[in-house]
Amino acid sequence: MIQTIYVMWLRQLKRYWRSKSRLIGSIGQPLLFLVAFGFGFSPVFEKAGGVDYMQFLVPGIVAMTILFTSMFTGIEVVWDRRFGFLKETLVAPISRTDIMIGRTLGGATISVIQGLVVLLLAFLIGFRPVSWFSILPAVFFMFLLSIFLTGFGTAIASRIDDMQAFPMIMNLLIMPMFFLSGALFPIDGLPSFIKLLVLVNPLSYGVDGLRATLTGVMSFTLPLDLTVLAGLSILVNLVGAWLFSRIEI
Amino acid sequence: MDMIKVMNLTKNFNGFTAVDDISFNVGEGEIFAFLGPNGAGKSTTIKMLTTLLKPSSGKLMVNGFNPLTQQDDARRSFGIVFQDQSIDEELTAYENMEFHGVLYGVEKETRTERIKQLMEMVGLWSRRDDYVKYYSGGMKRRLEIARGLIHHPRILFLDEPTLGLDPQTRNNIWEHILELNADDGMTIFFTTHYMAEAEEVADRVAIIDHGQIITSGTVEEIRSSTSTSSLEDAFLQLTGRSIREENATSMDRMRLRRGVRR
Repeated sequence: MIQTIYVMWLRQLKRYWRSKSRLIGSIGQPLLFLVAFGFGFSPVFEKAGGVDYMQFLVPGIVAMTILFTSMFTGIEVVWDRRFGFLKETLVAPISRTDIMIGRTLGGATISVIQGLVVLLLAFLIGFRPVSWFSILPAVFFMFLLSIFLTGFGTAIASRIDDMQAFPMIMNLLIMPMFFLSGALFPIDGLPSFIKLLVLVNPLSYGVDGLRATLTGVMSFTLPLDLTVLAGLSILVNLVGAWLFSRIEI
Repeated sequence: MDMIKVMNLTKNFNGFTAVDDISFNVGEGEIFAFLGPNGAGKSTTIKMLTTLLKPSSGKLMVNGFNPLTQQDDARRSFGIVFQDQSIDEELTAYENMEFHGVLYGVEKETRTERIKQLMEMVGLWSRRDDYVKYYSGGMKRRLEIARGLIHHPRILFLDEPTLGLDPQTRNNIWEHILELNADDGMTIFFTTHYMAEAEEVADRVAIIDHGQIITSGTVEEIRSSTSTSSLEDAFLQLTGRSIREENATSMDRMRLRRGVRR
């Protein structure tokens, strides 16, 4: 069982490592957001209340990197279906739960690496965490968020056999999740109906957890962030395993 | 003992009956050719035997296991070479073999030994560290056959294993398969459009058309019952000369839309 999960994980990492364009391409977008929003809005925020916007923004952009990388990892399932490799795993005498866990861990590991690269770049342009030790709990949150989002994307992908539909469906989910998560702006003063959307958005708890660990600022509490993310991670992976067991080719 | 038992097997897809109440048995160590025009139901039957599709009704046994309720036991019993490619092109040939071995729980030492032996058998050992994307069609096929044998299956399913290959590669592949059959008594279940191929290697043949088995028996029996001199003539006499439309799967449609990337 551990061996199955390990080879599935290893395969994804190898594929990722060998695709340099993927490595670079997926960092471009968050970097653009960081630079454009960070430098663009910093003066506005400073005038409004003296908050250092870059400090506020970086955890949100790290969460965004993880959101995009994790959700799009699901496309590997669609690829595998298209190029036939999915059949190889489906006829193997292994549990569908192991397939799901292996894929999720593989995708999540890649997401965390991407998130760390963005964080590293943020350090270079002046971001400072509340303490260097806070990086560890932050990485833990990144991992938890990655597990949830990768599981989510993979579960959805298991039902889709259309290469073109997948990115569209993902964007339909990713964009509202990103904009209504508090990644870009504080959620405390929002009108109540928007606040409600933020509260039902799982990403909000990831952003909050990251911001809390990295900068000490939070809207919820860490135990709440942790519970929501852990609960959802287990849920999507169970559902994903069930969906995998129902795939017919 | 029968390695494969199929009883009144039926598969419907939204009102279309792909496989219509078929029954047949394949004995241990037998080489069984499953023939039929495009869209006759060959691949659908193989998918049901190999746990990729659930039958609408009927019973199945693979190596004495029910593919519906004893999935993993059934899965361990067979190796399969699919009609279309199923290797990861972004990995090396060796990595593909290794991946398969681990999934089937073959111990490290045995695995290393078998991978070397099988890759030597299909003549790919010297190319083991190449990415599969740089392999030719024939090399990929040989790799897939080698891969399907790592876990020492009792049955080997081959869905058009020689499609699109040159005569050299075709002969080479059949040599390996016949050797496995002769040495280990491995049961071989294959489909092909090359009638001469079936004529040459198959112990028994079943011809399926429109989801139903229209005849089965040895090549000799089929030829004499149709009073023809070759299996090809018998096949054409039994299934007619009209060209069949095969329903494209969603995969095929997708492939057409996207063209081929990578």
